[in-house]
Amino acid sequence: MLKKISIYLSENPTLRYWIIRPEWVAVILLILSIIASLQLSPFFGDLAFIMDSATPYVEYGLIAIILTLIIISGEIDLSIASMIALTAVIFGTVYNAGFGMPLSVLIGVLSGALCGLFNGILVTKLKIPSIILTIGTLTLYRGIAQALASDFSLGGYPSWFIGIDYRYVGIIPIPVIIFTVFALIVGFLLSSTIYGKQLYLIGTNPQTAKYSGIKVDKIKLLLFTFSGVISGVAGVLTTSRLAVARFNMATGAELEIVLMVMLGGTYIFGGRGNIFGTFVAFWIVVILRSGFNVARIKIESQLTILGAMLIIAIILTNYIYSKSQK
Amino acid sequence: MSIFDKFLRIRELGIFSIIIIVVIAASIIDTRFLTIDSWRAVLLAIPLILVMAMGQMMVIICRHVDISIGSILAFAAITIGFVFIHYPETSLWMALLITAFVGLIMGLINGIIVTRFNVHSIIVTLGTLSLYRGLVFIVSGGRQIDRNDIPVHIISFSQTSFFFSIPAILIFSVIIVLISHLIMRHSVLGREIYATGSNPEAAHLKGINVTKITLFCFGVCGMLAGVAGLFYASRFGYVNPGVTGVGIEFIVIAGVIIGGTSITGGSGSVLGTFLGILLLGIINVALPVLNIPGEFQKAIYGLIIVLALSLDQLIIFRMKKLRTGSNA
Repeated sequence: MLKKISIYLSENPTLRYWIIRPEWVAVILLILSIIASLQLSPFFGDLAFIMDSATPYVEYGLIAIILTLIIISGEIDLSIASMIALTAVIFGTVYNAGFGMPLSVLIGVLSGALCGLFNGILVTKLKIPSIILTIGTLTLYRGIAQALASDFSLGGYPSWFIGIDYRYVGIIPIPVIIFTVFALIVGFLLSSTIYGKQLYLIGTNPQTAKYSGIKVDKIKLLLFTFSGVISGVAGVLTTSRLAVARFNMATGAELEIVLMVMLGGTYIFGGRGNIFGTFVAFWIVVILRSGFNVARIKIESQLTILGAMLIIAIILTNYIYSKSQK
Repeated sequence: MSIFDKFLRIRELGIFSIIIIVVIAASIIDTRFLTIDSWRAVLLAIPLILVMAMGQMMVIICRHVDISIGSILAFAAITIGFVFIHYPETSLWMALLITAFVGLIMGLINGIIVTRFNVHSIIVTLGTLSLYRGLVFIVSGGRQIDRNDIPVHIISFSQTSFFFSIPAILIFSVIIVLISHLIMRHSVLGREIYATGSNPEAAHLKGINVTKITLFCFGVCGMLAGVAGLFYASRFGYVNPGVTGVGIEFIVIAGVIIGGTSITGGSGSVLGTFLGILLLGIINVALPVLNIPGEFQKAIYGLIIVLALSLDQLIIFRMKKLRTGSNA
C-alpha cells in the first residue's frame, strides 16, 4: 500500500509537492495538541479562552513572522528578544522624561529600527555571519537596556494605554487581530509578489540572486531593520500588557520565537518556508503553553519540552525536505 | 608588508597591548587599581570562565559554537550538590570525576545532534540550553543547594592554597590551560582540530575523521563546563537552579573571540584566549574602581563581542587584499 502510494506520488510531482510538506506536520501537531488539551480541560473547547491565552504570545508571534522572512533569505536574527526589552525600556524612559505618548511610541519603534539597522549593516557590509553577530548584539542590547533602566520598573502610563490585551472586538482581543492581519499581509507579500520570490531566490542561492540583478544586500538590510521595527512594536505592546518596562522582560524569548518558525517548517538553511506554517505553529505554542499551565507543569520544566521540540522540529523539517527533494 | 600588517599577524600582541592600555588607564584614574588586592580579585574572578573558555575555544576553532555551557555548568553543579547532601565525605577528586562525566555526556549529546543532523550548532545548543536548564529544575525540584550542604574541603578548594598563597582553584585552572595548550599546539589531534575548522571538506579528503574531531571538541567543552560547575559550587558556596550559570556563555564567548579566535574557524590560540579572559577579568575589577555602575558590565561585554567580531572581519579582508596583492 505504502509502496503504491510512493510510486503514485513519484509519478505526480505536483501532488507530491503539495503532500510532502513540513507545514502539514505543524497542522497535525496542532490538531493533536488540541485533542490532548481537551482531555486535560474542557475549557480548551472555548474559543474565547484560547484567544485570551494567545495574547501574551502575540508579541513573539509578530516577530516570528518577520523572522520567517529572515530565515528564508538565509540569515537569522537572535537579538530579537533583547530588542523587545531595549525598545520597551527606551519607550518607558522617554515617556517618563515627559515626552508625549505618540512621540514616545515613535521613539521606541525608531530605536528598534536603529538596532535592526545596526545588525543589518554589520551583516551586509562586514559580512559577519548573522548567527554569531546577533549573539553578540543580543548581549549588547540587553546590556544597554540594563544600563538604562538598572533594576527599576518603568511605569506610570495613562490608564488608556495599559491593558491592550483586555480590549476586544467581539471575543477576539485586539493583539490577536493585529497578529492575524500582519500575518495575512506578510503572507500575501511573500507568496504572491515579486518581492517574495526574490527572498526565496536569495535564500536558495545568494550568488545567483546577485547575478540576476537582485539587490541582495539592500533587501537583507531592509529585513533586519524591519525586524527591529517589529521588535519595537512588540516592546510597546508588551509594556502596554504589563504596565511596566523592565530590562529583563522577554528573557529567553529567542527560544519560543525560533521554535515558532522552525515548527512551521521553515528550512534553517534558507530558501524554503512560508507564513502559513509559522501562523499554525504560533497556535501550537499557545495551546501547548496553556496546556502545560493547566496541567501545572512548572514554567522551568516546560523549558525542557520546548528545547526538545526545537531540536526535533529542525530534524524533522530537514528530513521531510530531503525526502521531497528526491 | 608594513609594520601594521605584521602586527596584525600576531593577534596575541594586539590583545596584550589592549590589556596594557586598560591597566595604565585604570591606574592613572585610581592608583588603587595597582594594589595586590585588586589583582587578587582579577585572578579570583577568572578561573571559572578560563576553564570553560578552553573548551569553547576548541569548539569555535572547529567552526561551531556551544551556547548551552551555562546550563551544563548548572546541571553539573546541582548534581554534585545533591551528591554532597547524601555523601558529604565525597573527595575532591571524586567530585571532579562526577562533574566532568556529567558535562561530558551533555556535551556529547550536543555534538551528536550537530554532526548527525548537520544543523548549525547555535540553533541546536539554543534548544539544549533550555532543555538542560529545564532538567536542572526537574532534578533539583527547584531547591537551592545551600552553603551548609557543601562540605568544607570543597569550599576550601577555592580559598586555601598549597603554593605561594595562590588559591588551589587557580592553579588547577592553569594546569587545564597548559594541557589545552599542549593538545592544541603539540599533538596531532590539535592540528587536526585546526585543519577541520579551516576547511572541513579538505580535512575529510586528507583522511581526518571530521565527525570524531567535532565530537571531541563538544565533549571537551561539555566536560570543562561540568568541571566549572564544581568550581562554582566551591567558589560561591551555593547553587541556585534559576541563577547559576545564566548568561555565562556570552562572557565565555566574548573572551574567546576577543582572544583572536576566528569565528569562521581554523585559527585561534590558547595564549590568546587566556589573554582575552584576563582582559575581561581586569574590566570586571576595573569597573567599580572607575566608579562605573555594575549595570554597565553586560553592555560593555556585548560591545566587546561586536567590536571583536568586526575587527576580526576587517583583518580577514586586509589579509585577503595582501594575499591577492602579492600574487598579482
